[in-house]
Amino acid sequence: MATLSLRGVRKSYLAGTETIKGIDLDVADREFVVFVGPSGCGKSTLLRMIAGLEDITAGDLLIDGTRVNDVDPASRGLAMVFQSYALYPHMTVADNMGFALKLAGRPKAERDAKVAEAARILQLEPVLTQRPRSLSGGQRQRVAIGRAIVRQPRVFLFDEPLSNLDAALRGQMRVELLRLHEELAATMIYVTHDQVEAMTMADKIVVLHAGRVEQVGSPMELYNHPANLFVAGFIGSPRMNLLPGTVGAAAPGGTVPVTLAGGVTVSVRPAQVLAPGSSVTLGIRPEALRQAADGPFSGAALLVERLGGMTLVHVTLESGETLVAQADGNDPIRAHDVIRLAVDPSVCHLFAANGLVLSQAEPPQAKPGDLHDLDAMPSLARA
Amino acid sequence: MQQSRLKRVLILLAGWCVALLLFFPILWMVLTSFKTEIAAISTPPLLFFRPTLSAYAAVQAQSNYLHFALNSIVISVGGTVVALLLSIPAAYAMAFHPTRRTRGTLLWMLSTKMLPPVGVLVPIYLLFKTSGLLDTRIGLLGIYALMNLPITVWMLFTFFREMPHDILEAGRMDGAGTWGEVWHLLLPLTMPGVASTGLLSLILCWNEAFWSLNVTSVNAAPLTAFIASFSSPEGLFFAKLSAASTMAVAPILVFGWFSQRQLVRGLTFGAVK
Ligand SMILES: Nc1ncnc2c1ncn2[C@@H]1O[C@H](COP(=O)(O)OP(=O)(O)OP(=O)(O)O)[C@@H](O)[C@H]1O
Ligand SMILES: [Mg+2]
Repeated sequence: MATLSLRGVRKSYLAGTETIKGIDLDVADREFVVFVGPSGCGKSTLLRMIAGLEDITAGDLLIDGTRVNDVDPASRGLAMVFQSYALYPHMTVADNMGFALKLAGRPKAERDAKVAEAARILQLEPVLTQRPRSLSGGQRQRVAIGRAIVRQPRVFLFDEPLSNLDAALRGQMRVELLRLHEELAATMIYVTHDQVEAMTMADKIVVLHAGRVEQVGSPMELYNHPANLFVAGFIGSPRMNLLPGTVGAAAPGGTVPVTLAGGVTVSVRPAQVLAPGSSVTLGIRPEALRQAADGPFSGAALLVERLGGMTLVHVTLESGETLVAQADGNDPIRAHDVIRLAVDPSVCHLFAANGLVLSQAEPPQAKPGDLHDLDAMPSLARA
Repeated sequence: MQQSRLKRVLILLAGWCVALLLFFPILWMVLTSFKTEIAAISTPPLLFFRPTLSAYAAVQAQSNYLHFALNSIVISVGGTVVALLLSIPAAYAMAFHPTRRTRGTLLWMLSTKMLPPVGVLVPIYLLFKTSGLLDTRIGLLGIYALMNLPITVWMLFTFFREMPHDILEAGRMDGAGTWGEVWHLLLPLTMPGVASTGLLSLILCWNEAFWSLNVTSVNAAPLTAFIASFSSPEGLFFAKLSAASTMAVAPILVFGWFSQRQLVRGLTFGAVK
C-alpha cells in the first residue's frame, strides 16, 4: 500500500529561476505512472525531489498521507534506478543488491535470502559473484533493478532506465519491467523522454513541459483527447499533423468552416461559438487521413516509409506544408506519386490560438465509449 | 621508417641524458659515502677507489641513526595521516557540494604555499616556545600536516571530482549517511588517488628541512636534521656527510621505488584519459 501526492511542488536551483513551476499530482497504490516530456523539462528534477536527492523549494510531498519533505532519502522507503545504473563497481552483484540491507544492519541470513529471491526474479543467479564491470548492459540494468527490489520499497523510481540499451534489449526490458510491476504489485514512477515507452507502459502518463504538467491521463485518453497543442504534438508516433487555419462564418446545422493555408476548407462542429476570423490549429492524426479521389488535400508523396504492417506517406501539399498519412502496408504508392487525401472532420482536433483544445460537439450517430474505433470517434476533449 | 627510427634513438639518448643529469648527484653522494675522507676530497675526483665503510662507522659512532629515523617515520606518517583525515572531508565537501566560493577557497589554500615559510618562522617559533612544542614530535607533526594540507586537498578534490555522483546518490538512497558514502563508496573507489596523495605527502614530509631544523634540536629531530648535524663547525667531512645523507634518503628512495607505479598513476590521473 503506497500512495504519493505532490501539492504545489516547486523547485528553483538558482534564486529567481524556477525549474519546476508548481506541480499537483496524485499517484495511486500500485499505479505505473510515467513522467514524459522533452529534454530539460524537469522530469529528473521532479523524480529526484520525490527521491529526496534534491530539496523541495516549496510545496508538499506526501507518501501515504505523511509529509516527507524533510525526511532523508533512505527513510522515505523509496528505491531509485538510475539511468547510468550507478552500480557499486567494487562490489559483487550480490553485494550490490545486499548493500542497503547490510547498512540497515539486517542479519546475513535474511540478506542472502532476499538477494537470492531478487536474483531469481531477475535471472541473475549465474552472475551473483561477478563484478558489474564484467556484465552486459542488460544484466547491469537488472542488477540496478534488483538492488531496488531487495529493499522492498514503497515506491520504485526509475530515471530513464532503458536509454543506455540497444533497441532490441529495450523492448525486452520494457516487457520485463511490466511483468515485474505485476509480480511485485508495486507503485512505480518512471521517467522517460520516449513517448513510445510512456504509451506502452503507463497506467497514467504525466506530460511535463517547461516545469509544468500539461496533461495527466491514461495513454489512450492522452492520445484521443489531448488537452492542448503540446500534448497533441508530443504523444503519438508518427506525430499528429498540425495545420494552422482561420475560422469562417458558421453555416446552418452547427458546422463551422476552417480554411487552411492553400484554401482547403474543413467543416468542424465546435461545441462553443467561434469568432469568425479567429485563428485555430487543426490537428489530424496520420491514421485519420485516407486516400480518396475527391479528397480536399492534394500533393506529391515526398517520402514513403514502409514499416511492414503499415506505410507512412509524407505528402507535400500544394500549400507547401507536409502531412504524414498512414496507409496500408501493401499500399502500392511510390515516392513522387501525386495523391489526394480526405479526412473525417469529426475525428479532427481543433486548438485555439492559445494552444488549448476546442471541443467538438458530438455528431448524432457517434457511439460514445468505444475507444478503439477511431473512425467513429468524435474528438471529445476534457480540458 | 629510417627517419622515425633515428628519431626514436635520439629521444632515447636525450632521455638517458636527462635521467643521468638528475641522478648523478645522488650517485656521486652514494659513491662518496664509500670513500675515505682523503679520497673524498682528492682532486681530480676519484671514480675508482677501494670502497670502505669507515664513513658509515664514523657516522654511527657519532650519532644514533635509529633515533632520527624513528622520528622521521613517526612525524612523516603522523603528519600524512592527520593531513588526510582533514583533507578527505574538505575535498568531499568541495567536490560534491560546491558553492560559489569553492573555487576561490581552493585558490586561496594554494596561495598559502606561495608564501615563503621563513615569513612565518618568528610567529610560529614564538607560539611553539610559549606552548612548549619546541623540539616535540607532535609540534613538527602538526606543522607538516598543515603544510601539506593545501596540496592534499587539491589532489583529493581532483580525484573526487572524477567520481560519478550517481554512485554516491545510489548509496544515499540505500541508506548510507555521509560517512557511509565516504567510507563504503568514495574511498574504495578513489583509492589509487588517495594512496598517491598520501605517498606524495609522505615524501614531502620526509624531505622537509626548513621547519625540522628550526623547531627541533635533539628529541624530535628527524633525518634531515641528522644530515645537517654533519655539516659541522669542525669543517666539512664529505665522506661522513655523504654517508649520513645516503642513510637518510635510502628509506624513502626504496619506498618511492616500490610505489612508483602508484605515484605515477595518481599524479597523471585526470591529465591522461
Ligand atoms: N543541479 C542543477 N543546478 C542547476 N540547474 C539544474 C541542475 N539540475 C538540473 N538543472 C536544470 O533544470 C532543468 C531541468 O533539468 P532536468 O535534468 O530535470 O531535465 P530532464 O527533463 O530530466 O531532461 P533530460 O530528458 O535531458 O534528462 C534543466 O534546464 C537543467 O539545466
Ligand atoms: Mg533527466
